[in-house]
Order: sequence, then structure tokens, then C-alpha cells
Amino acid sequence: MPMTSKLFDYAPAPESRAIVDIRASYGLFIGGEFVDPIDGEPFKTVNPASEEVLAEVSSAGRVDVDRAVAAARAAFSQTWSGMPGRERAKYLFRIARLIQERARELAVLESLDNGKPIKESRDVDLPLVAAYFFYYAGWADKLKYSGYGETPVGVAAQVIPWNFPLLMLAWKIAPALACGNTVVLKPAETTPLTALAFAEICQQAELPPGVVNIVTGAGDTGRMLVEHNDVDKIAFTGSTEVGKAIAKSVAGTKKRLTLELGGKAANIVFDDAPVDQAIEGIVSGIFFNQGHVCCAGSRLLVQESVADEVLERLRRRMSTLRLGDPLDKNTDIGAINSAVQLQKIRELSQIGEDEGAQRWSADCALPDRGYWFPPTVFTGVTQAHRIAREEIFGPVLSVLTFRTPDEAIEKANNTPYGLSAGVWTDKGSRILSMANRLRAGVVWANTFNKFDPTSPFGGYKESGFGREGGRHGLEGYLR
Amino acid sequence: MALTTGMARSSVIPTDVASSNASLRGFLHGLPGVDQVGAEARAASLATRSIKTDAKRWAIDTAISMIDLTTLEGQDTQGKVRSLCAKALRPDPTDSSCPRVAAICVYPDLVITAKAQLGASGVKVASVATNFPSGRAALPVKLADVRAAVADGADEIDMVIDRGAFLSGHYLQVYDEIVQVKAACGDAHLKVILETGELATYDNVRRASWLAMLAGADFIKTSTGKVSPAATLPVTLVMLEAVRDFRESTGRQVGVKPAGGIRTTKDAIRNLVLVNETVGDDWLSPDWFRIGASSLLNDLLLQRHKMATGHYDGPDYVTID
Repeated sequence: MPMTSKLFDYAPAPESRAIVDIRASYGLFIGGEFVDPIDGEPFKTVNPASEEVLAEVSSAGRVDVDRAVAAARAAFSQTWSGMPGRERAKYLFRIARLIQERARELAVLESLDNGKPIKESRDVDLPLVAAYFFYYAGWADKLKYSGYGETPVGVAAQVIPWNFPLLMLAWKIAPALACGNTVVLKPAETTPLTALAFAEICQQAELPPGVVNIVTGAGDTGRMLVEHNDVDKIAFTGSTEVGKAIAKSVAGTKKRLTLELGGKAANIVFDDAPVDQAIEGIVSGIFFNQGHVCCAGSRLLVQESVADEVLERLRRRMSTLRLGDPLDKNTDIGAINSAVQLQKIRELSQIGEDEGAQRWSADCALPDRGYWFPPTVFTGVTQAHRIAREEIFGPVLSVLTFRTPDEAIEKANNTPYGLSAGVWTDKGSRILSMANRLRAGVVWANTFNKFDPTSPFGGYKESGFGREGGRHGLEGYLR
Repeated sequence: MALTTGMARSSVIPTDVASSNASLRGFLHGLPGVDQVGAEARAASLATRSIKTDAKRWAIDTAISMIDLTTLEGQDTQGKVRSLCAKALRPDPTDSSCPRVAAICVYPDLVITAKAQLGASGVKVASVATNFPSGRAALPVKLADVRAAVADGADEIDMVIDRGAFLSGHYLQVYDEIVQVKAACGDAHLKVILETGELATYDNVRRASWLAMLAGADFIKTSTGKVSPAATLPVTLVMLEAVRDFRESTGRQVGVKPAGGIRTTKDAIRNLVLVNETVGDDWLSPDWFRIGASSLLNDLLLQRHKMATGHYDGPDYVTID
């Protein structure tokens, strides 16, 4: 039952991009300044919604990575680690306020470079980015109450993904700096622009040179950074495959490591669930940020007695999703971040069909240019299907059914991953018992994809180790 | 009510649902719950929709055509009602393209005045009845109130439910009362006011919505306007979900009327977005969605003029009554 309205047709409501000033080319941010790369090649970053080139960005080579680590080391030993916590806090509060002041600009830039709807970068990403800086600024002078000591680890090498570019930067940089560490951060190849804007904010905040260094580039730059001899701590968010490679390279060294990797979360809907809100939770669980979310609810486990009803309602709701220009304020589903990712989503969806699952997408026109994939749901999926086991990292939901709570637990836990899970039921005792038995770092009850700086986040099994956020997020940066 | 095997399995209605308070209670408490946080988040998210240019023009005119232009004050006079009727027929006397409102909503004793003004113009006369707003009177008194309004020419009756009976679990009593009021209405359309501000939970809003629909309501209405909070977006959302699911189960379409607290064009447009994205085109007309309001019309007129001319008029360019 498509419900696309013929009567009330929303006119385009694009957010202006005039607020953003993108330079033609960017250097690396090392020692408090933008510098030209010495041995790296330039590369281009594009707007995934239009394939338009946004800017030319430098790829850091080995000498550049050396320079950045050296700048971080110097700042660590000469200024930052010895600075009283209350002084460090002032810088972090200042950064947080600057992020709020420039929130609109940063939101537009994030949507341009990443493809996510402005509604999400404006209402989710940016408020959270500021909140993480405010939260960890508050910890900087209270570390002795953290339970993890007060001594910083040293230079942190941080490598972040393209799905929440600025938010992942905040998760990494805010706790590291609060604890007195200095950082070299590598943003993802396809989404470097907000990290570079953040570098400007560090300058605006007069953060001492070298405390934050940003080296752009692809996988090679990341590898050189994490394998560098003079880094003390590695924090990585990204694919399980790369995470494993990093874990191997770190083995036998004294480097400390936290990994936040993939997921294949079960979103479990019981027959007594608040059904309209559960539908919203299923939708935000898998279609939020085009499904480019490591903790996405990509497996819907629905109790057999309500499966037909839930699916019917889900399809109806999916036909109201608005896909298109990420800068339009009414867009619900933006662009897939890259051609490579789009190809991967297409392949896995084709495999789902070949394996016999039934594919359904709402009628929705895709723009001619750019990278797009319609919100898709697969029914008739079993545990053995690849689309039930592998992370698709796109707007593709696999639906399985269960009859009893035990069966739900068995299926939910039967995955190499363990990042998140969701439980939908009106019964409080069932929420608690499910949460105890689900092997996942985060269990949401009657909600999904909610984040808060005070709450620790991280995985079980192949979803990684270590926690980010909350008091627990300090542990990786203190000794 | 026939047993249906429609999609909404959780809301299949047994044929003898109103045979006892127990079976009515069993059905109403078997409806899916409403998660407060989730419902409010959904309403808040829809409230961020940005409605511009042509869409805004359409929304303003549609909102005007959905208004139940209301005056429910002890100090109401025949003169005020006549003035309101004139405004209902020509909301913007300088612009004949401006649509009429859907209805005038008055106390029963003023129905005769309103009907004399509006006649067969197409603008309906709605009357609150059943001892509005508290509903605290004996049933024969409430029924007499309804019959008098209908006899004087009311096209629509806005009744209030007995919230005391509802909250104490006497669902059958509430049901029977609605059934009797509906019978007393004759051909007049019945809007059932739930007074959601007194029902306290969204679960109760959903149950009261179904109860009213089962008993024969043509419309379900949020509030009297005399209790705060009145028509909040999440309440209207829950009621829209109820009419959608009721039609899935029974095939019968019921209208929704938020009333009270909707004062600005922005409020009205947010309500239309809610309708659009919850129940769609089928409810986007004055036959199925009304907005009970008094001051809203003036703001819509000012915004409408701004869309046409590019500048705002002062408050004295619209009439106070």
C-alpha cells in the first residue's frame, strides 16, 4: 500500500551551502599549522549525492606521518601532559563552544562530504559532537576519581571511519585530550573535510600546537600511522577486517589498542511490543544514516505471531521515507557514501536474492547522478543466509522470525559480532532478562540508535574491545 | 461489528465486544501499547518538516478549510456569533479565492443564531453538547442537550465522554452513553471529545479512541479546549494511528479533530504533516480532519497574505471576531 501523497507535496527546502567555505585544496594539519605534504600524493573528495569534486586533499606519506607523530610527541612532553587538568578543560570547553557556534556550517559540510541528510547532521551528529567535548572537558580536572589513574598514555594514533566523520573524531579526540594525551588522527579517505574544519577550530581555540594533528589519506596512511614506533596507543573504528590487521601489527609491541568494529545487530520485536513505536525503531535502526552504522539493527527478529502485521506496517512506513538531496531539510534517506560501498551493498543484496530471500523496496525514484540505494527489506531470511551473517553497512534489513524468547536469544547471539541489540516489549522483566542474555555491548530497550556521551559504547567478540563514552571511555587513555 | 481478518491482527474486533464491561476491557487492554518516549520522538521528528512556497500555500488554504471556527465562552452573544458566521463564509473579505472554514462551533443555545446565518451555505454548524465541557450531568439531561441542538439545526454534535467513568474502568458505561448520544444525533455527525489532557497516558488515548469508534463516533476529537494540555502533536499522532488501524479492521473511516492550543500557522502545518505521513491523502480533507480553533484563522490569514504580497500585515488587518 504505497502512501506517497498526491495532495500534500512538499516543495524543495534545501539548506543553503553558502555558509560553507570549502578551499580548493587542503594540506595536512601538523604542529598547529596546515602544511604541504612532503611525500604524499593529493586526492579528491567528492559529494556522493552528485559526484561533484569538493576539494583536493593531501595524502600523508611516511615522512609526513613521522612529522605528525613527532609534533604530537613534542606537544605531549613539552606542554599538554604537564598542564593541570583544569587548564586542559578550558581548551576543551572552548572547542565545544566553537563547535556549537559553527554547528550549522559543520552540519552542511558533513552532509556535503558524507551524503547524510542535513536533518541528521543538524539534529543528531552536531549536537552529539559538542556534547562529547563538553562531557570530557568536565572530566579533565577530575581524573583522580575515574578509577583508572591520572597519568596519560602518550601519543594516540586514531583512525576513524566515514559514517559519522565528525562524531567519531569527537569520540576519539575528546577523551584523549581530557586525559592529557596528544593525538594524530586520520579521517576516512572519503570524508576528510569536517576533520580539516575541526583543525581550524583547534587554531581558533588556540590549542597548543601539536596537541591535535590531522593527517589525511587512505589505508596506507592509516597503516603507517598505527605501525609507527613512537605511538603509545591506537584507537580504531572501522571494519573488522582492518581491525584484525591492526591487532596483528600491534601484537608483541607495548602499544595499547581499542577497536570498535563491525556489527550485525538483532532488533528483537515481541508480540506485546508498542507496535507503532517498534516500527519507528526498526526504521531508525536500519535506515538511519543509510544504514552506515556499525550498531545498525540490520537483523529484525520478530515474533512469529505478529510477523505479518509488523511487516505490513513496516512496508507502509517505508513507503513514506523521502530519499534524495541530502541538503533538503525533508530528506530522510541520503546518498550512499561512495561508489565502492554502493557496489558492496548491491553485491550482498544480489546474493540475498540468489540465496532465495524475498527482496522488497518501496517505490522510490533514485536521482540520476550520485550513489543511491533504496531502503530494502529481505524476508524469508534464515540464519544460514549471508545477508543474515555479514555486515552490509547499507539500508538493507534482513527479517527472521522466532517463537520463544530462548529462540530469539539463540539467533541473536549466533553471530561473530556483538556490538548492539534492541528489545521491543511492554514487559519490563523481559527487557531485563533479555539484556542479561544478549551478548552485545549495547542493548536498547524500546528504542534504537540512541547515543549519549555519558554512556559507554563498545563490542563483544569480533565487534572489538574497549569502551568509548562515559567514565569507561577514559580507561584507554590513562594508566 | 463483524469479525474481520484484516492486517491488524492485534485489533481484530470480536462480534460481542460490547456485550459486557469485561469483554470491552479485554479488547481495549489488548490493543498494542504506546511507548511514550517513542511517540513523542516521532511527533517531534515530524515537526521538523520544512514546508515552503507552493506546499505552504496549499497547506494554509487546506488548514483554513478544515477549521471549526469556535467560540465557547460564557460571555458569547448572538452578535458575536453572527460576526463569526460572516467571517466563516468570507474569511478574507478582500480575496474571494480564500476558502471558507469547515464549520462554526458554538454552545447549543446559539445554534439557532448560527444556522440562521449559515443556512445551506455549506459551512456546517457544530454544537458542543452533553453538558460540555465537564460532562457532569445525568444522562437524560445530556441527551436533551443533544436533541435541542439538533432540533435547532446543528449539523454536528461535539460530545464529551465521561472521563470519570473511563478512568475508573467503566468502559461499558462510556460506550453506552456514546451509543445513546449517537442515536439522539439522528442525521447529525457525532464528534466524541476524549479530553486527552485528563486521560494522562497515551495508552488511555488509544483505548478511548477505539472505544469511541466502536460506539459509533464519526469523529474523535482531542479536547474541549478548557483543559491543558489540549491538542498536542503526540496525542493527535496516537489518534491518527487509531483511526488508521480501525479502518484496517472494520473498513469504516473515522475523522480526527485536534482542538485547543493550535494557534499559529506553524502549529496547523505540523498537524497537516502528521496527517500526511500517518494516514495520507484519505484524511487530508475537511470531511476527515478538522482543527478546532478560534485565533488560528487570523494567523493563517496573515500568513496567506504574506505569501501573496511578500509583506506582513499588522494585527488590525484581520477582524478580532
